[in-house]
Amino acid sequence: MLCAGPGGGSNDVQWCFSQVKGAIDDDVAEADIISTVEFNQSGELLATGDKGGRVVIFQQEQESKNKLQCRGEYNVYSTFQSHEPEFDYLKSLEIEEKINKIRWLPQKNAAHFLLSTNDKTIKLWKISERDKRPEGYNLKEEDGQYRDPNTVTTLRVPVFRPMDLMVEASPRRVFANAHTYHINSISVNSDCETYLSADDLRVNLWHLEITDRSFNIVDIKPANMEDLTEVITAAEFHPNQCNTFVYSSSKGTIRLCDMRAAALCDSHAKLFEEPEDPNNRSFFSEIISSISDVKFSHSGRYMMTRDYLSVKIWDLNMESRPVETYQVHEYLRSKLCSLYENDCIFDKFECCWNGNDSVVMTGSYNNFFRMFDRGYQQDMTLEASRENSKPRSVLKPRKVSTGGKRKKDEISVDSLDFNKKILHTAWHPLDNIIAVATTNNLYIFQDKLI
Amino acid sequence: MSEEVEETRTSEEQQEMEDKVISPEKSEEAKLKARYPNLGGKPGGSEFLRKRLQKGQKYFDSGDYNMAKAKMKNKQLPSAPTEKTEITGGHIPTPQDLPQRKTSIVASKLAG
Repeated sequence: MLCAGPGGGSNDVQWCFSQVKGAIDDDVAEADIISTVEFNQSGELLATGDKGGRVVIFQQEQESKNKLQCRGEYNVYSTFQSHEPEFDYLKSLEIEEKINKIRWLPQKNAAHFLLSTNDKTIKLWKISERDKRPEGYNLKEEDGQYRDPNTVTTLRVPVFRPMDLMVEASPRRVFANAHTYHINSISVNSDCETYLSADDLRVNLWHLEITDRSFNIVDIKPANMEDLTEVITAAEFHPNQCNTFVYSSSKGTIRLCDMRAAALCDSHAKLFEEPEDPNNRSFFSEIISSISDVKFSHSGRYMMTRDYLSVKIWDLNMESRPVETYQVHEYLRSKLCSLYENDCIFDKFECCWNGNDSVVMTGSYNNFFRMFDRGYQQDMTLEASRENSKPRSVLKPRKVSTGGKRKKDEISVDSLDFNKKILHTAWHPLDNIIAVATTNNLYIFQDKLI
Repeated sequence: MSEEVEETRTSEEQQEMEDKVISPEKSEEAKLKARYPNLGGKPGGSEFLRKRLQKGQKYFDSGDYNMAKAKMKNKQLPSAPTEKTEITGGHIPTPQDLPQRKTSIVASKLAG
């Protein structure tokens, strides 16, 4: 049913449990709440960020000789404290250390680089391996202590000897003090030299080498804050046009901007908005139309947006309406009152594409996540839970019953656990491997290899 | 005359009932308005957005606190909002409002 390989074809993909990371206990510490998940461009590395400001990077092992498990497992490669809580004394506000986004830079040499950001500060981290160390210094002992120069009677050339692999993460750049409001997005440009960061009202352009200045390219702050009607919710660079980026808003619109047109891209080149029937407007309309994520397809021809109840695919050549709309959990429309009361209506779900843009995925409640196959026009609901965590066990599709009669194996809307939300998912860029984050656990699923 | 008035009311009520049947969203809206009659104004309006922009814990600021106390000698300090009322800029945190201190930084359980 869902395919990602170059051959296309079969629509009988079955998803299997592969691994789960994280603690089993139900008592979840705030710091352990996963806040972002991202594969690098080769899919070899998988990074997670959490509310405690920590980053954990997993690396896929080389393919084992055992044919039954052709794909390597993901094991911990590096972990570090990226951001720490800070305090703004002037405004008497705490700055959370929660990692909002991680984005990998394309790999240029042996080391790996990623950008991680909290609400206010973006950091460039270098992750490098060390598997040799120099031995045989003339002036130092092996333990590092300096030798008395008078005891040195001969000279030798230090040599490199193998050592146990050490993976080091070091902060190479800190990009600070450029955002008054809370950063929601970062996106690396295809030129591999610049990146953008977006907060509620502004988008800034940075050069990866320069930390003491950044260019403001979008500013939607009104002269009078009483006139504020919408905020920026997400932003992303086009995957291959280095002059193009998009940003989405809390009113459900997406603006595409061209940096060649002007230094300040306040006027959009394109405005994507689906017309709304004014008769259907309610108190909730604007809130549920707020876009929580926007992602370009790998091809760069389409973009996908996620609002509270649906996923929409837009053709960049058509601004008037999306070309495809998929309902994630339409049954929640009759629960909006309680979802507003418990704040769930403000949950920000992300979405992602598979490697060949044929399938899209997004999360829901009750630890359910949904996949939509664009080609076969089929959708599937799966669950990330410890109950389905036997190695290589096939995941059974789930169903939420909406009518009066609940069939066996279906779950009724009122039984859904709204505290179990899957906000962050990621798809391996080249393979059918997905990473799904529940509140504090990371699940890795892969398709069943025949 | 009274008959005409009754007819108009009936058709309005009918429209409302139709709305509830056709649109689950509108019936949810009616539910919300019934529970919170003070919830006025546009939901996407500036108060709503400004609440969003103000995310971030406010800490006890002795300067603000004492200024506020001096201004309102006889009145109560505005208490922390307990229901879904609009956030007013005038809320001065009191020592009772302070959240617990965060736990110290330890390694992520994902790496365990």
